[in-house]
Parts: sequence; C-alpha cells; structure tokens
Amino acid sequence: MSAEGHDHAIDHEHEHHHKDTFITKYIFSIDHKMIAKQYLITGIFMGIIGVGMSMLFRMQLAWPEESFRIFNILLGDKFAPNGVMANDIYLALVTIHGTIMVFFVLTAALSGTFSNLLIPLQIGARDMASGFMNMISYWLFFLSSLIMIGSLFVEAGPASSGWTIYPPLSALPQAIPGSGMGMTLWLVSMAIFIASSLMGSLNYVVTVINLRTKGMSMTRLPLTIWAFFVTAIIGIVSFPVLLSAALLLIFDRSFGTSFFLSDIYIAGEVLHYQGGSPVLFEHLFWFLGHPEVYIVLLPALGITSEVIATNSRKPIFGYRAMIMSILAIAFLSTIVWGHHMFVSGMNPFLGSVFTFTTLLIAIPSAVKAFNYITTLWKGNLQLNPAMLFSIGLVSTFITGGLTGIILGDSTLDINVHDTYFVVAHFHLVMGISALYGMFAGIYHWFPRMFGRMLNKNLGYVHFWVTAICAYGVFFPMHFIGLAGLPRRYYTNTNFPLFDDLQNVNVLITTFALIGGAFQLVFLYNFFVSIFYGKKSVMNPWKSNTLEWTAPVEHIHGNWPGELPEVYRWPYDYSNPAHDVDFVPQNVPMKEGEEVLHH
Amino acid sequence: MTSLLVIIVLVLLAVALWQLTKIFDLTQVGSNSDSSEIATDGDNNVQGYLMFGFLAFIYIFSIYGLFKWGPLVLHTPASAHGGQVDNLMNITWVLIFIVQAITQVLLHYFAFKYRGKKDQKALYFADNNKLEAIWSVIPAVVLAGLILYGLYAWTNIMFVDEDEDTVVIELYAQQFNWKARYSGDDNVLGKANVRYIEGANAVGVDLADPYAQDDIVVTELHIPKGKKILFKMRSQDVLHSAYMPHFRAQMNCVPGMVTQFAFEPIYTTAEYRELPYMVEKVANINAIRTKKSASLVAKGETALDPYTFDYLLLCNKICGASHYNMQMKIIVDTPEDYKAWLKDKATVVNEVKAALASAAATKDGAVGIDSTKANDSAGVVAVMPVK
Repeated sequence: MSAEGHDHAIDHEHEHHHKDTFITKYIFSIDHKMIAKQYLITGIFMGIIGVGMSMLFRMQLAWPEESFRIFNILLGDKFAPNGVMANDIYLALVTIHGTIMVFFVLTAALSGTFSNLLIPLQIGARDMASGFMNMISYWLFFLSSLIMIGSLFVEAGPASSGWTIYPPLSALPQAIPGSGMGMTLWLVSMAIFIASSLMGSLNYVVTVINLRTKGMSMTRLPLTIWAFFVTAIIGIVSFPVLLSAALLLIFDRSFGTSFFLSDIYIAGEVLHYQGGSPVLFEHLFWFLGHPEVYIVLLPALGITSEVIATNSRKPIFGYRAMIMSILAIAFLSTIVWGHHMFVSGMNPFLGSVFTFTTLLIAIPSAVKAFNYITTLWKGNLQLNPAMLFSIGLVSTFITGGLTGIILGDSTLDINVHDTYFVVAHFHLVMGISALYGMFAGIYHWFPRMFGRMLNKNLGYVHFWVTAICAYGVFFPMHFIGLAGLPRRYYTNTNFPLFDDLQNVNVLITTFALIGGAFQLVFLYNFFVSIFYGKKSVMNPWKSNTLEWTAPVEHIHGNWPGELPEVYRWPYDYSNPAHDVDFVPQNVPMKEGEEVLHH
Repeated sequence: MTSLLVIIVLVLLAVALWQLTKIFDLTQVGSNSDSSEIATDGDNNVQGYLMFGFLAFIYIFSIYGLFKWGPLVLHTPASAHGGQVDNLMNITWVLIFIVQAITQVLLHYFAFKYRGKKDQKALYFADNNKLEAIWSVIPAVVLAGLILYGLYAWTNIMFVDEDEDTVVIELYAQQFNWKARYSGDDNVLGKANVRYIEGANAVGVDLADPYAQDDIVVTELHIPKGKKILFKMRSQDVLHSAYMPHFRAQMNCVPGMVTQFAFEPIYTTAEYRELPYMVEKVANINAIRTKKSASLVAKGETALDPYTFDYLLLCNKICGASHYNMQMKIIVDTPEDYKAWLKDKATVVNEVKAALASAAATKDGAVGIDSTKANDSAGVVAVMPVK
C-alpha cells in the first residue's frame, strides 16, 4: 500500500502502518512479495496437474493394451471405461499438459514468482511501479487457471488439438470433440492469461527502468534482473500477436469468418469457408511460440547466473558478454519462428532464411554455456541444492541445445519434424532446463520468501533422482524419434514397424514415473518448511545482492528507513581487495579500491 | 495391474526415503552445531563426488544407448536425396558428440574439483575478452559450415525445376486415411476442389477438366524406382502431414492449398527388404511379435501376423482422434511393374460413371424408368456442382 510513485527519500522514514486485514494481506495484496508467493503456489498446483497428466499418458504409451484402475478413477467412465484410456482423451491430456506446463507453470509461475519477488528487492525499490496492476495481473492469471481447469470438466472433453491449436482441427467441433466448448474455454482462458502476462511484463519493464535505487546503474544490475527485464520486453512484443491469433480464431469459430479456413469438406458436407490459410495461423502462433521458449528460458538462466556466482564465490564470468548474449538471444528469438514451419508448405526460400537466423542463436547460447563453465573454474563451490539445480540446468541446456542444431537445419528437420526427437529436444532444453531454473530459484530464495530454510538433504535427494530421471526419460527418446516415431500417437500398436521401440517406451515411462513420484519429496519439503523449516538468517548464502540486506520479516516497502544505496556491481565475490569473500552492493568502495572488472 | 503395483511401490519408496532423511536430520542434532541447511564442507565433498559420478552416468548411459538403441534408428535412405540428408546428419552428430563430450566433462569435473572447502578462496576472474572471442568465433565458423551445407542440400531437395522429368502424383489426406491420384498419360493432374466431392468422386476432381479425364485414384501408393516423383498434396479437412521416413520426406497437407515434395526412390520394396539391416530389424520385430503372440494365444486371443517390411506413408500432424492410425502402404516397383500395375486401374471419370450407372440400375429396378439416360456422359457432367 505504500510505494507507488512516492519519492522514497521523504516517504517511509516512519512506516505509516496500515492495518492489514486477512484479505488485504493474503488475498488481494498489492505487495510484490505476497504476489510472488501467490504466483508460486498457484504455479505449483498447476504444475502438479500438468506433470500428473504426463504420468497418465506416459503409462498409456508404455502399456497401451493394459487397463489401469487409476485411469478410470481420474478420467471417468466416459474417457476410460474399464480403465482403458480412450484415444480422444489421450490427445486432450497431451494438449492440456503442454498448455499448462508452457504457459501456466514455466511462463506465469516462473516469471511471476521471481520477477515479482526479485525486481523490487534487487534494484532497491519499495514495490512494483504499480502494485494495483500487479494484483490485477495475478488475479487474472488465477482466473485463467480456473477456466483452464474448468475446461477439463466439459462434456465433450477439453481442447485436444495439441498445445499449438492449429486450425482447422481446433476450429471445427466436427473434426474432434475437444474443439467444441473445451476449445472455447481454452481460448478464453488464454486471452485472459495474455492480459495478465502483459500487465505483469509492463510492470517489470517500468519498474526496472524507473525505480532503481541510487547508484544502481544498468551495468550494476544483477543478471537476474537483466534476464527478467529482457524477458518482459519479449513478452510485450510477442504475446499480443498470440492474442490476435486467438481472437481471429474465435471469429472463425463463432462468427463465420475465414481467416484460417478454406475449402473444407468434413462430415459429409462442404463448409462455407473460402480464402483463409492455416499457415497464416502458424505464422502468428509461432511469432509468439518461439520467443516463448526464451520467455521460459531466460528467467531460468538469469536465476542460474545469480546462483552459480553466489555459490562459486566467484564473479560471474563475462558479465557484459552475458548481457550482450541475453540481448542477442532476445533479438534473434523474434526472427526465427519459421523453423517450426519448414514443412508447413511455406515457400522453401523462407526455410533457408529461417535456418540461417536459427543457427545464429547457437552463438550467444554457446557463449552463455562456456561462461557458466568458466565461472565454476577455480571457484570455491558451495554445493547447495540450488547450486546443483543450476549446474544441472547448464548440463541439460547444453544437451538439449545441441540437438537444436539438427532441428534448426531445414534439411535435417524434414525427417525428424514432429517426431519424438523434437519432444526430447524441447523437453530437455526448455522444459527440464527451465524447471531446474525454477527449482534453483525456489531453493535459493525460499528463505527470502518465507523466512525459513528448505531441508537440504531432501533437496539433494530431489535433485539427484530428478537429474537421473530427466536424462533417463529424454535421452532414449531421441532414438525413437530418429527411428521415425511420430509424436501425438495414442498407441503405436498399429505399426508393426515400431514394435521394436516398445521396450524403450517402457523404460522411458519407468523413469518418468520415478521422477514424477520424487517430486513429492519436493512438495513435502516445500509445504512443511513454510511452517516448520529452520528459521533463516538475513543473508544465508552470503550473497551480494540487495534483497539480502532487507529484514527477514516482510514489511511493506521492503526496507525500514532509507533505501540502500549501491556502490558496486553485484559480483564482488572473493575480491582480493577484501578479506571476506563477498562484498554486498551497498558496501562503499574502499579508499583507493580499483574496479577489477570491465 | 502389475504396473499399478510398481507405482505404489515407488510412492512408498519415496515416502520411506523422506522419512529416512528426517531420521538422518534428527541424528545430526547435537552432533553438528551447524544445522542451518547450508552446505557444509562435508556436503560439498559428498555432492562433489556425486557430480563426478553423474558425469560417469551420463557417459555410460550415452554409450549404452548408442549400442542398445542405435540400431533402431532409420538407416539406409531409400531416396536419391536421402544420402545427402544423412551425410549432413552424420557430420552434425559428430560435432554434437565432440561438444557434448567436452562441455559435460568440464562442467561436472569442475563441480567436483572445485568443491568448496573452508580455507579455500576462489579466484577473482571476472572477464577475459580473448576467451569470449574464442568461444564466439569457433561456433560461428562451425555453424557457417553447417548452414552452407544445409542450405545447399535444402535448395536441391525443395526446388523442382519446371522442365525436370517427373511423375506427378497427388497425395490426398482426409480424416483418417490417404488416397493417391495419378495424373495419367498426360502427367498433369486435373483441377480439383472439395466442392466437387460427390459420391464416387471422393477427392473432388473437376470431371469436366480435360486434364482430369485420365486421372486415377487409388488407396495404395505405387511408385517406380529411379524416377523422380513429384507429390502434390491436398487435404480436405484439417492439417495432415505426409511423412515417409524411409525416403527422408515430409510435407504438410493444408486445406485450401496445394503443397509439394519431390524425391526419387532408389530401392524397390523387394530390394529394400533384402538390405542386411532390414533383414535383421524384421527378424528382431518378428521375435518380439512371436513372444507377444504366445502370451495372446495363452489368453485365448488370436496370434499376431508375422511382419514383412513395407514402406509407409504416415500422418505426422495431429489430425483428430484416430490420428494414430492414419497410414498408407507405399510400394516401390520396377518401372515395368509400375506400368503394369497402373494399366488396368479405372480412371475417376469411369468410376463415377460406373457408380452412377449402378445407382441408376438399382433405381430402375424399383421404379422402372429408362436406364439409357444415366449412361449418357453429358449426364455425368451435369450432376457435377459448378465451382
């Protein structure tokens, strides 16, 4: 209730104390720290649903002919009579799994949690530029989550045309039952989601530009903030395009326009649509869809930069090169969308252009990976759970990123497009990597959020089982993709050609189930530690950034008294001019101290 | 049911594990004053070794995977351009494995080697432009090579010269099957649109178009070896994708437009079946099927048919509930066999005529109107809707 638009120097000398009711404190809060927690907990619940769905369809893929009581319990008699999963609900599960994980967990919960928590705290601001808009942003996200979950319960089933919702399949209920009410709710939910995301992003950008504390120049920003800032800009540039695509699709579905539809004969009749093109939709979708990968990934990389530097007790290597590569990735990410469409029927000449721009992205990505590795070199690594997840992220980012060289090359994409090879690639490079980033962030900033510590031993168990299972699931998946197995097949039993891949599918599912089950370790740790975790000290990881200079107990306006002033960059770890191995940003330069980095 | 048990066991295992860590935590109380949940030197040591162990896991798993699952991947391309694709793929794989091997070693080895110790101080090493330049320029040069080779191959594959000698065949997609339309002696497909679909004219050929007169529609694709086939693709309802993995060929079928892909098959089906890798693969698949059949028979169900290899056209773009079973057999014949197979196929025009005639005949039987009218070819054209 305090910070917006005031001059911080005069204000907050004495915290004017509003009486917080339960509702203003925990529900309709405008405090960025509370909103961050709301995002996180909502995201965790969405994540449980999203990951849970993947467990179900992985079981279906491994044992297509078996019946499972759990299918019948969860999916009901209509979609899993006698415990055998029906083919249309399989597609629905795949669709909603993708939607929830990409948008609700890795976009909203990841950015929403950490941008909200860290931007004001790390730049030395009392709150977001607009706390009210921030609150609206969360509640729109909450509403869109409710609608998405509500769509699971409509009679014909939820949207089931894949998370990419290509028309005409998504436009015509005759083509698939999920394209009726389920798809309508999907579109409404996503429209609200985009509004929420835009409000959040605008807030982040304005806050970073305007509310930095004294001395916090752009080149003294922690890399987390750079990543969140650039992510927000990409979001503002690309999400409205998805909104326009969704609106045009709504027009086609409900008002008879023909933006994306033409010459269709289905269910025994010719439809009136004439002149539209599904390829146009693909362009609009991927104009968001590809930057979306980086909307998911950049915050994770930002978190990793911070966690790796802090726990290596070393400056992040190549701070400026890291910023440059974030900017380069952001720019390139908006001109590579066509690599999802090499075989869409667009002009092959465009394929050449998109191959060129796509492979360019490998350069800033390589710079980032090598910089992380160099940061570890000759460090004094504190292998906390957050650090393990960050190292894990670099590992999966490299493994998954390298196969991008194959998929980004139009010639090679011809034969692996839409196979399990793609599924393996993007799950490693963006799914697992971004999840690792999110876990790293949670383990690292949990004390900042809740004033308590997560249990580290549970954290170690969580990491190692997850790390082994992640490779266990996605490494073999590359091979079945290279064997030509298409994705989104409900079962492969109609193709004797693929009979020899079945064992691999069983192995993948086994790893997936173990990995999924062990996320319970995390959930237990998380929810129990909120209440019973060990009390945290002010700066448990001995970190340099400003969020650790604020009191453990959350207060409105973050700092009692004056805002901290910044005198140095955030990565003065093991600076030879100092005796301790960390020098927080608000410590003035010693007399005659040199700036040791460019 | 067994799998459900497996899951329950796993869940219980998870429960047991976290109980164990709780007990472990409790035993630490008192013995260790530092219980702040921050990594101690002891933790760093254990986790450092585990990092090293994880490196071993990645390596062993990768090598195991290459031997165990490597033979499953697509082999010997059956099309002329496929060699080029596979060549580029192999070069890329070599690069990927080199980079992967080096970076994963460095990452995990550093995590092990520099694990934290109380009296160890990290090196303050903030930046080095030379290093940054090295790892920007090397990837740039390598990628430039890949891009150039890739674009060269892509241009070769995707652009078909107008005057090139090709056999034109249409692939027609609908939920959930494929049809193929041959252009006949004139090698030109007649005009077509979904608005012409009626009765036996299932792919919507414009029967009045002179080019359409010799068009033939079939449900099994035969193509001649050694000739470049130019596929024109259409879809009548939703997006589909014509995926022919053995030919390294794929293109989406888009309602409202015609897409294309061309390739030259270089092995007949019979020849491809005889390739050593395929013989081995089929034997392996049949071993699996025999085993499965045995358990099916034991349950009183029918055994599975033994498998013989055939090229396939699969749908590779989600297209509806039965997407998983949208396929068509492709048979590559010698040019002579191909001609012989095509010779006795009825044209669409004749099929439509025949269908109308038989419809009229049954109608005649019931009502008794003059049947000669329906045989009139003008009548055929008259019933076609006008675009």
